[in-house]
Amino acid sequence: MAEKTLLRVEDLKLYFQTSHGDVQAVDGVNFSLPENKAVVVIGESGCGKTSMAKALLRLLPRNAGTYSGKVLLNGVDIMAMDDEQYRKDVRWVKMSMVPQAAMNSLNPVMRVKDQVSEPMIVHSAVSKEFALEQARIMFQRVGVPVDFLNRYAFELSGGMRQRVAIAMSLVTVPELVILDEPTSALDVLTQANIMNLLKGIKKEFATSFILITHDVATASEIADYVEVMYAGQIVEFGDAYRFFTEPLHPYSEKLMASIPRLRSTSKLDFITGQPPSLINPPTGCRFADRCHKRFAKCSEEPPTVNIDGRSVKCWLYQ
Amino acid sequence: MKKFINTLREIWKYPSAVFGMIIVLALLVAAVVVVVKIPYSEAIDTWRGGEEVYGKNPRNVPPTWYNWFRKDKLVESLDMNEGDEGVTIEEIVTEGGTPIKTTTFEFDFQYDTFPQDLVFYFTSTFDTKQPFVSVKIFTPDEREIKVGSFAIGATHTYPLKQDEKLRKKLGGVVPNIGIFIQENDETQTPVKGIYRLVVESITFEEGSTVQSEFVLTGQVFGWAGTDHLRRDLSLPLLWGIPVAMAFGLLAAIGTSVLTMAIAAIGTWYGGIVDGIIQRITEINLVLPFLSILIMIGTFYSRSIWVILGATIALSIFTGGIKSYRSMFIQVKESTYIEAARAYGAKNGRIIFRYLIPRVIPLLLPGLVSAVPSFVFLEASLALLGIGDPVLPTWGKMINDAYANAAIYRGWYYWILEPAVLLMITGLGFASLGFALDRIFNPRLRGM
Repeated sequence: MAEKTLLRVEDLKLYFQTSHGDVQAVDGVNFSLPENKAVVVIGESGCGKTSMAKALLRLLPRNAGTYSGKVLLNGVDIMAMDDEQYRKDVRWVKMSMVPQAAMNSLNPVMRVKDQVSEPMIVHSAVSKEFALEQARIMFQRVGVPVDFLNRYAFELSGGMRQRVAIAMSLVTVPELVILDEPTSALDVLTQANIMNLLKGIKKEFATSFILITHDVATASEIADYVEVMYAGQIVEFGDAYRFFTEPLHPYSEKLMASIPRLRSTSKLDFITGQPPSLINPPTGCRFADRCHKRFAKCSEEPPTVNIDGRSVKCWLYQ
Repeated sequence: MKKFINTLREIWKYPSAVFGMIIVLALLVAAVVVVVKIPYSEAIDTWRGGEEVYGKNPRNVPPTWYNWFRKDKLVESLDMNEGDEGVTIEEIVTEGGTPIKTTTFEFDFQYDTFPQDLVFYFTSTFDTKQPFVSVKIFTPDEREIKVGSFAIGATHTYPLKQDEKLRKKLGGVVPNIGIFIQENDETQTPVKGIYRLVVESITFEEGSTVQSEFVLTGQVFGWAGTDHLRRDLSLPLLWGIPVAMAFGLLAAIGTSVLTMAIAAIGTWYGGIVDGIIQRITEINLVLPFLSILIMIGTFYSRSIWVILGATIALSIFTGGIKSYRSMFIQVKESTYIEAARAYGAKNGRIIFRYLIPRVIPLLLPGLVSAVPSFVFLEASLALLGIGDPVLPTWGKMINDAYANAAIYRGWYYWILEPAVLLMITGLGFASLGFALDRIFNPRLRGM
């Protein structure tokens, strides 16, 4: 079955201007995502995962500097659109987002039903009644009791708020949903519930997901692809199954080794040092300083190597 | 609705707030009642009317309730018409066929001071021959004072105080005193008891009539007293309520709402918009507010509505912009605002549906607390002589009192009445505002 490419990102860059210089938060990201697939973005804090999500949705902070590259959604370059067209045609119509700390992403002075119907009212000329009805259906789908409709966000538990946020991202039935750490502040049981919910939705609505997380174990449940980010760049991108069994990049290896496994006696590993500053990133491989497989060539910019459909940015595979 | 009831319930916990709310509600109800009962045009006409409206009032006297606190009672005013209680009419025809009408005014005088004046008002109808009246006074100590006899025209006013002949008759004592004391009484204590004033009117024509009215202008009047033009001060006190409420509330609402909206817009768009708003605010903050209002009042218009507009315009760009901005900056960075941006809400929608509702709870107490300052402002402007020249207001009243040296001459009621009303208004709104602040301001909760 030939897979149709939904999203194609080419050399996406997003720099932030600070008094010390430009922070290269997203520095030349390339990847593509077929329809109805989920890609999990993993990496340490501050390596540009959330910035990449914001760059995709063009939610730029005030100090955004360089913002360039190509983002093709269904073959249309959305980077070329002006702001108004982007607002009208992309946000929530084609691509929606469950922001980080989704619990705080609900307006505290709005009832959740209004909140959830808000994207529909904003985007299409639907009546308020229709929007509320859709919100009700979506609530049932994500497992929020219908009598919660009239509540305010602060009257809901964390898991329920997360569900409401997910419902809000789905009401307009977009093709791509970006979930930024949807499970990070939840207990294990609720995490599992949310992941199951996402799996069900993926099947039912044929949406694609970009799931940003630190939690590799939870993410493995839904992932079709894994994208490892380090210092604003993608160091590895590839099929999830093969990634989890045999990661290619030394950074991915270390990441996987830091995850506790059920039937394993090996001691958990960790990565020494800290990610480099993104203002003046080291030349050559950005991971070189912390890498256990470092060799002479690592001081030069590593190439992106393609190994059976998986890409890795490392000199080891050259 | 439920929220509103909850708020009321919270207010109930603060006695000062209940007190404040009662005052505010009472003032609002009074304002409406006054405007309905005494329409604007009627109030203006009455207030600007002259002798024909106020001529029978005493001049510069305190309100009647002064007597409650005094041992030596002040004379209360009296206005007796034919047909009133205490007035008897007797009509006889002499043998010569001349009709004589005897009108007797009888009143009980139980005071320790003297009236300002005693005045007869005669109205008569005749063709060519004027009717003739003669007035006699019978005092409780059985003196009979022949006041005078004279022919009267169609209308005739006869103030006894100005009658020089009568003065001589009373041994050189001014009639309004002389009538009430015994001859050669050095202590000048009025004789208490029933006084009888007898008016005999003789007409010389068929169909000719005489109507007489007796007015005793006392030392107290009404519940508010009178001013230098004999005007009843209850009118400006009453009409001051709607004026103060309208000015205070409109100015407070106008400024608070506009300040908040402008602060929200500035904060949301940031950059040059915010910069311009902030610079305007900073410039406006150093401009002398009162001086500008005085200049507008002096050179342009003294209409209360022009002043109100200028007040609102000058009060928008003040400290409020800065404090709202600080709140909005915080709210603006919330995740839910970013979420709203992400799902494509337009700027206007974000400002009015996301930013502003968040801060409205903080607007309310500020708004309520701002009302008295605008009420005082209106009074201050009136006191400085640039109040509305037409409207009777509290400030205008204080201005009149000041211009007539009320304090120096001991007419305290003239200044204290509007001042007390101003204070009560301020107190009511302030205590309600403070309680609302405690209810709505999360930082003060539980303190």
